[in-house]
Amino acid sequence: MKVKELLAAVIIVLFFLLCYFFSPKPVQFSPTVSVVVIILLSLAFVYVFIRTFQGKFIGRRTVFVFVGVSLLLPFFMQFSLPVLISPEVRSVYDALEELPPGSKVLASFDYDPASAPELQPMADAFMKYAFEHGLKVIIMGLWPQGPQQADQSVQAAFAENPGLRDSIKYGRDYVNLGFQAGNEFVILRMGESFKAMFPTDLYNTPYDSIPLLKNVSNFSNVDFGMNFSAGKPGTVEWVQIASDRYKLPMGAGNTAVQAPMAYPYMKKGESGRKQLIGLLGGMAGGAEFEKLTKKQAKATTYLLSQSFAHMVVIMFIIIGNVAFFREKKEKE
Amino acid sequence: MKRELPLTIAFIAGIAFIIAYFIPHPPFNRFENWFSDWFAIIAAFAIWLGALNLMKISFIKIIRKKSDWLHAILIIISFVIILFFGFYEGYRGLHADPPFSFRDPGTSFDWIYVNVYTPLSATMFALLAFFVASASYRAFRARNLEATLLLLAAFFVMLGRVPVGDIITGWLPMEYQMSQWASWIMNVLNTAGQRAIMIGIALGLVSTSLRIILGLERAYMGGD
Repeated sequence: MKVKELLAAVIIVLFFLLCYFFSPKPVQFSPTVSVVVIILLSLAFVYVFIRTFQGKFIGRRTVFVFVGVSLLLPFFMQFSLPVLISPEVRSVYDALEELPPGSKVLASFDYDPASAPELQPMADAFMKYAFEHGLKVIIMGLWPQGPQQADQSVQAAFAENPGLRDSIKYGRDYVNLGFQAGNEFVILRMGESFKAMFPTDLYNTPYDSIPLLKNVSNFSNVDFGMNFSAGKPGTVEWVQIASDRYKLPMGAGNTAVQAPMAYPYMKKGESGRKQLIGLLGGMAGGAEFEKLTKKQAKATTYLLSQSFAHMVVIMFIIIGNVAFFREKKEKE
Repeated sequence: MKRELPLTIAFIAGIAFIIAYFIPHPPFNRFENWFSDWFAIIAAFAIWLGALNLMKISFIKIIRKKSDWLHAILIIISFVIILFFGFYEGYRGLHADPPFSFRDPGTSFDWIYVNVYTPLSATMFALLAFFVASASYRAFRARNLEATLLLLAAFFVMLGRVPVGDIITGWLPMEYQMSQWASWIMNVLNTAGQRAIMIGIALGLVSTSLRIILGLERAYMGGD
């Protein structure tokens, strides 16, 4: 069995290498082919349904194939799904819109490459928006890989709008303070002094020598906080300390798994203030933000794959439950 | 002394943070700052400690030929390679004009990060989708009322969080479309549940913290 699995893996890798090196241009399905693919996938589900109904459960490998196919094929399709803007995403966008050019935004990148497929698209859209609207971005990270992910967003913004490469200057328009160990204590200390936690930037430039940070000593000198988070330390810690204690207006971008934990912070308190102004939740939140910032990119593309995957999981849940009730009835 | 010293530090630090929260003025805020700085320093050392511990465990595994000792060799090789390129690029960057960081685009460290570490991490995380689907098929059953409610919530949220949900329910008025149902579940049911959990955790944290500060809870020191 192991030889077969190895052989299958080698064939798949060879297939993709051949596609990568010998395909003249990216493969795109025509709408007709896309519809045929969807019909075939649906028929396969009907087959699984019938087999399960007969009491013959399919193996987990078949489930894996279904998920793999449903995630992969949409990348070649040309459908564009209608993206509706949720109030949570709209709030973040509106808060950014209200900031006048020159406003200072603290962006904390608290995630690693494992969550990048979900968070990087929204971070890219945010960075491009900030640069194009004259916002000054102070980058930092409570996760070691965060500042490097931020660098990728900066490069993505420059690649998409080459004009920014000349107009945006490091140290004047954005600065990368790097990673600081200490989790929520870093945020707590930044409430008193940014410099205490980041005496230099990523390039060992002393804090006081960076023009952008001339009049920035703590949260009171920052106009908005944006946190991209995949766990702890992340949005919850930022809200509890920077937003709640130091009254920094904050927005956040979270993975879909983490987003439910941030919802309680988006309700208005007695003072009328929200602890968290808005939230970009998962791939859908990223796609909505891309739509608002008129930069339909990776999140919008990936959303089609996610839609297919969600449908596949739901279909499996339905089929599994139908079989369960049938078995139960038979036993009775 | 081995026990009294940590207990004293925990007591002083705990009390300092409590007082500084309610009286954020000198001298109490200074205590808070000191202890925050200490924590950052200790956390930085903990990263090195973790890395060195990983090396120690991996070497022991190889020497004693324990199970998966071949994986331990891979860990050590990867660790050494990434460490070498990190230090090499860091040294080069410090002496360059203009200076650059070891993780800047174009450095060998960044190449490894983008082309090796990133795809491997994303692949590990992506495997979750396959296991979730498989588990859903085999185990996500409406066995009782609670399981049925969970299943229904999952159904509405999963469909409502992607545009396909609204396409399916496109014939309904806007307020009855799938995304609205998902939004209601997240904003009302989820928020209520999350708040209950948060309050419970907060109460537990307060009581545990007080026990630690007062020296009643000593498990964090190890041993008894």
